[in-house]
Amino acid sequence: MKKLLLGDEAIALGAIHAGLSGVYAYPGTPSTEITEYIQGDATARERGVHSRWCTNEKTAMEAALGMSYAGKRALVCMKHVGMNVCADAFVNSAITGVNGGLVVLAADDPSMHSSQNEQDSRFYGKFALIPIFEPSNQQEAYDMMADAFELSERLKEPVLFRVVTRLAHSRAAVEIGEVRQENVMNASTDQWVLLPGIARKKYAALLDKQPQMEAAAVSSLYNKMEKNGGSLGIIACGIGYNYVKEAIGNEGNILKVSQYPLPEEAIKTLAAENDAILVVEDGQPVVEQDVKALLGAGYPIKGRLTGDLPRTGELTPDNVAAALGKPVAPVYETAKNLAARPPQLCQGCGHRDVYGALVKIIEEFPDARVFGDIGCYTLGALPPFKALASCVDMGASITMAKGAADAGLRPAIAVIGDSTFTHSGMTGLLDAINENAPITVIISDNLTTGMTGGQDSAGTNKFEAICLGLGMDPEHLHVVTPLPKNIPDIAELIKREIEYEGVSVIIPRRECIQTAARKAREAKKSN
Amino acid sequence: MKKDIILCGVGGQGILSSATIIGEAATKAGVNLKQAEVHGMSQRGGDVQSNLRLSTETIYSDLIPQGGCDLIISMEPMEALRYLPYLSKDGVVVTSNKPFVNIPNYPEEEALFAELNALPNVVQLDIEQVAKDAGNARGANVVLLGMAARYLEILTPDQLREAIATIFARKGEAVVEANLKCFDAANK
Repeated sequence: MKKLLLGDEAIALGAIHAGLSGVYAYPGTPSTEITEYIQGDATARERGVHSRWCTNEKTAMEAALGMSYAGKRALVCMKHVGMNVCADAFVNSAITGVNGGLVVLAADDPSMHSSQNEQDSRFYGKFALIPIFEPSNQQEAYDMMADAFELSERLKEPVLFRVVTRLAHSRAAVEIGEVRQENVMNASTDQWVLLPGIARKKYAALLDKQPQMEAAAVSSLYNKMEKNGGSLGIIACGIGYNYVKEAIGNEGNILKVSQYPLPEEAIKTLAAENDAILVVEDGQPVVEQDVKALLGAGYPIKGRLTGDLPRTGELTPDNVAAALGKPVAPVYETAKNLAARPPQLCQGCGHRDVYGALVKIIEEFPDARVFGDIGCYTLGALPPFKALASCVDMGASITMAKGAADAGLRPAIAVIGDSTFTHSGMTGLLDAINENAPITVIISDNLTTGMTGGQDSAGTNKFEAICLGLGMDPEHLHVVTPLPKNIPDIAELIKREIEYEGVSVIIPRRECIQTAARKAREAKKSN
Repeated sequence: MKKDIILCGVGGQGILSSATIIGEAATKAGVNLKQAEVHGMSQRGGDVQSNLRLSTETIYSDLIPQGGCDLIISMEPMEALRYLPYLSKDGVVVTSNKPFVNIPNYPEEEALFAELNALPNVVQLDIEQVAKDAGNARGANVVLLGMAARYLEILTPDQLREAIATIFARKGEAVVEANLKCFDAANK
């Protein structure tokens, strides 16, 4: 049977059919649809597969490791920058090893369609010394999931599953395979206690497994050599393979790489049989650097480091064709009557009214700085508001405002969303409260994780309690309703609180208009 | 045979549901398909597009190469122009003729339409008005699909009608009929 699936959906279905018992994730483009698909899938629901959203990627990674400890198969999903959040648990999961299969899925975003950097998660896989799978298409994404879980259980190590936006968010027909049962609970009897004495032994064991990982990549069905003549060897990683085939069809000598560690002997053979090598990989030049180290300085290697492919941005059929010496010129030039159309906050969104009030404050206090965070409300940086001084990573608004206030900056204001606050803002607020730092924190609460499409937000209905529990002075904790008619009052309140030399928290609370509209439609349907 | 299509417009105009209809029809007909979508930030009122590739042969790339697009289907006239470098020499542009102005620097309309009309193969229609006249104001994207149907070639209008019926089935018979009426209004 064939099904039309997004890359993300193929991953999700592949995992369910591989006997998944739990997915653990925090929403993040382009990974969100994996967990959403599992939440809606009939088999997963029937089996009671865990699929509730986690507070952040670190809690997700640790919960999945716990499920693996108990002997069941677990999947962790995140966007690439989520790897930074869970890195401690991720790297150490390779030292503890796993019991039930553990697959860590990272969805990278070259070209930064919805992200603040284009870091390549394959570095993390290499760093943790574990196998990496990188499908080239939707069918492989589905098929590989079963192989990834099997390899994980065979080696007793987590495996990294890396995709990029163009695969995650592209649909194709996928041939569906057999459905495997879940593992039965079978808790590990091994000690996963990373005290130095134990960790040293476990690290040595991880290093001892490297030849097995290499052997698995060498015999992998997803890595193959195509010899069609010519003098250029092409190493095509992940979806890079598609662009190579699009440009040259059944020509060229291609080593397709979709499972790592790199098959080194195959690369040496490719080098020996050709005069030069072109490395086609989406993201950063991870393989290109490795191939340089493998073949030595004398061998000509082309790729992103040499400028044959652009150093930044995603691969396209056009830049790959050009690197293969087959550039295609457009027929029509770029249009003259064209303007950029950046995304913007929805009309009627509560964040708009928060910024309406903040803009008044900025006008009155030119030295004020507003430190932003990750979410829809980051769009407050763009016209007409132009309100933000920074947006760096999840939770950085509060801590950066505190650091700037420590340096003497007044007024220092933080704007953070509800979901981002529970993800990584709470600890920063505790730091600020412990020092009674003179900052004003605005937790713009729309009762959802809005930017990624309206997933449940971990702290809904708990924000006042969380702030008070962290030690907030109730006198400086306020809840307001962000509506256009309330903008003057909210501005007045912010003004009062920025004049207070201590921590203030203002929570403007109004439901996201997108989720409110969706709920109204669903209610109408069920009536 | 292949048909490379760019569906485009502004976030919220229903690009993805048009893509879903074509995808359904192609899958049913056994035509190979790849459909790259834009999710996330741009869906908030920014420019959005979907690369839709249909072929009787194997399709490798999820993205259409420059100069390779056979058909641009656009919910908005300026958005149609955004993808000109992808249009093939004989490519067709099927577009709404109603500007959607949510930016302060939207181009001067006379110049915009002069540039659009200078293209060799352009079809324009006030799709919102046609949808209203057909009694389904929310069906503008299906009107556009009806306009584009005769240029799709790899799929027949009947296959598209059937896909519309399948996609909207869970919303009830009345919604299916309303959308088929929109499709037919533009596919005469």
